[in-house]
Amino acid sequence: MTPPLKQTLEIPVADGEAERYSLRMGPQHPATHGVLRVDLELDGETIIECKPQVGYLHRGFEKLAENRTYSQALILTDRLDYIAAMANNVGYCLAVEKLLAISVPLRAQYIRTLVCEMSRLCSHLLWLATHALDIGAMTVFLYCFREREILLDLFEELCGARLTFSYPRIGGVRQDVTSYFIDELQRFLDIFPSRIAEYETLIDTNRIWLKRTVGVGVVSGDQALALGLTGACLRGSGVDYDLRKHQPYDAYDQVEFEVPLGSDGDIYARYRCRMEEMHQSVHIIQQCIDQLPPGPIIGLDAPDLVMPNKVPARIEAGSSTYGTGLIRLIRDRDLYLSGDIYVATEVPKGELGFYFISDGNNRPYRMHIRSPSFIHIGALATIAKGEMLADLIANIGSLDVVLGESDR
Amino acid sequence: MTILLMLVQIIVLFVLVMLHVAYATYFERKIIGHMQVRLGPMQVGWHGLLQPIADGIKSFFKEDIIPEQADRPTFMAAPIICLVAMMTSLAVLPFAKGWVLADINIGLLFIFAMSSLASYGVVLAGWASNSKFSFLGGLRSMAQVISYEIAMGLSLVGVMLMSGSLNLTQIVEAQGNSILGMYLLPQCIGFFVFFISMLAETNRVPFDLPEAETELVSGYCTEYSGMRYAIFFMAEYIGMMVMAAIGTVCFLGGWNGPFAVPFFPPLWFLLKIYLFMFIFIWIRATLPRYRYDQLMDLGWKLLIPLALVNIVVTACLKAMIG
Repeated sequence: MTPPLKQTLEIPVADGEAERYSLRMGPQHPATHGVLRVDLELDGETIIECKPQVGYLHRGFEKLAENRTYSQALILTDRLDYIAAMANNVGYCLAVEKLLAISVPLRAQYIRTLVCEMSRLCSHLLWLATHALDIGAMTVFLYCFREREILLDLFEELCGARLTFSYPRIGGVRQDVTSYFIDELQRFLDIFPSRIAEYETLIDTNRIWLKRTVGVGVVSGDQALALGLTGACLRGSGVDYDLRKHQPYDAYDQVEFEVPLGSDGDIYARYRCRMEEMHQSVHIIQQCIDQLPPGPIIGLDAPDLVMPNKVPARIEAGSSTYGTGLIRLIRDRDLYLSGDIYVATEVPKGELGFYFISDGNNRPYRMHIRSPSFIHIGALATIAKGEMLADLIANIGSLDVVLGESDR
Repeated sequence: MTILLMLVQIIVLFVLVMLHVAYATYFERKIIGHMQVRLGPMQVGWHGLLQPIADGIKSFFKEDIIPEQADRPTFMAAPIICLVAMMTSLAVLPFAKGWVLADINIGLLFIFAMSSLASYGVVLAGWASNSKFSFLGGLRSMAQVISYEIAMGLSLVGVMLMSGSLNLTQIVEAQGNSILGMYLLPQCIGFFVFFISMLAETNRVPFDLPEAETELVSGYCTEYSGMRYAIFFMAEYIGMMVMAAIGTVCFLGGWNGPFAVPFFPPLWFLLKIYLFMFIFIWIRATLPRYRYDQLMDLGWKLLIPLALVNIVVTACLKAMIG
């Protein structure tokens, strides 16, 4: 075995084609929010070229879903955007409900809206925490986690899980809310606006924060549309597009809220948008609690998609006698309609769409996920070009990407 | 005999400073912890009091990894350059009247020279690691230290003009006549410039660009592990204390206090250094990080002109009054 040749660094001397400094950031890097790799070509610290590479967290959900029944595929959506799993679950359920033409009881709709907004708060808190940490403000990170902990505890009280919920069901939700949950949530809502003000005092009036965010990573409205940005990244550029408002689902048409818009399209505008969204989320949750109607939490015409209590020990090959609900799922093909459908929801990161092609089977023939993170990472190349290395980090944070969702 | 006495003094100073470094890390973690609604170290000893010792033992027994393609001699020398340069500056610091190892006439210049030397360690570490992140960290550090060294040197010229000396003991003694027994008020511009340059010089938040963990992983010490990493760490903390000591000597009146302390004259000096250290930590818990070009802008466009104005104003005032 020959020892490896000793190599020395090539030092960039001047700006020119040959003297570029290429740097591979990630996939193991503290600030790329997971396993994103960014191939950079640098001139000093200025980015000449930026190529985001994804796929390190690819688990093949779209293919996996083809071999699972609709109810079984629900758990895959937990692992998409694991920071706001509830919103993904709801998006998936809405799509399947539309495909199967199932109606959801009003109470379940309200509960879903409520948990979606809690998810949004969770996601935005984590975004703010990591975004601030990327720019160097360490304290905000821990303050945000303090509040996020309360929300996760509430989720635990609601459905037993803190990260991967699978709480919404096709045709409703799994369990009803308890009065303890509502009381605790109300307590949280009472303190939370003051906590938002606390974060703002730490960073919003800080000169360094403003210098790092104002006028950095600017995306104009047209550019944002062309890049396919959605969510706060699009609204920060002044484009009024929010599926909750413009294609309301669940109980969003029953509650009042505003869609905060930015105008400059820079990191600061996106930051302000998300901060305002947190206030709006609190407003929506409050209305959901106040208006929560009585009634069932899962629709009567929801198919029997619950798991059976007992799976037979052995199934005879070629046997036509099916006993349990799980097996019945395979048989009852007439429940399902053929055709294709695309349903999008506004998750914290942007527009999450589920596209199903159904051939009448109990499994999707094809499931495609339009994940906002994937498209936002694609936009990174355009946004970061010509800016400094430090701005790239701020931009990744500001676009609010989650690699679980991007790589699927 | 005098050499032996000197040796004992050096060892005592070394041990005390190392103890201070260890407990500075402890207090940093505790203070930041409490500022960030958590507790900081709690496990080792009462309220984690033995944590720094545990950390020291841990890093001492860790595997010393030298990357395959690193420039071995330089890689090994870099942390030692840092530490030696920082430790040497301690020799000229007057802890109280007469409590100084080497009372030389160019004390202030000596400290500057040493802190510039320490930046060689950082640059060489970045270079020798043969890693891209380390290299960028080293470059940033070089640019930063050169720019801020100028601002800091200029900010202290006012003090030199007022005291008429470069000897640190004489600078302290010259402050006895001014307001509050310190140069803080007459040299407020100088202090402002000095304070900001001090943060940049020691690579602390908001100027911790050479080791910005979210951009450059860990900057120049990315490839270092075990004791070598710990040596960088020690050098950084000694650097903070030396800078705090210069600040104390030049602007806060050194060992002079509201009243004289009978048995332990350096008390006021130490308290002032602790105050500086607390502010260092407080700032770390509060502020985000500057960007590289903004840092340069601040240094060259604001701090250096301000320091120059300070020199001119001080010189004119001194000529008129004196």
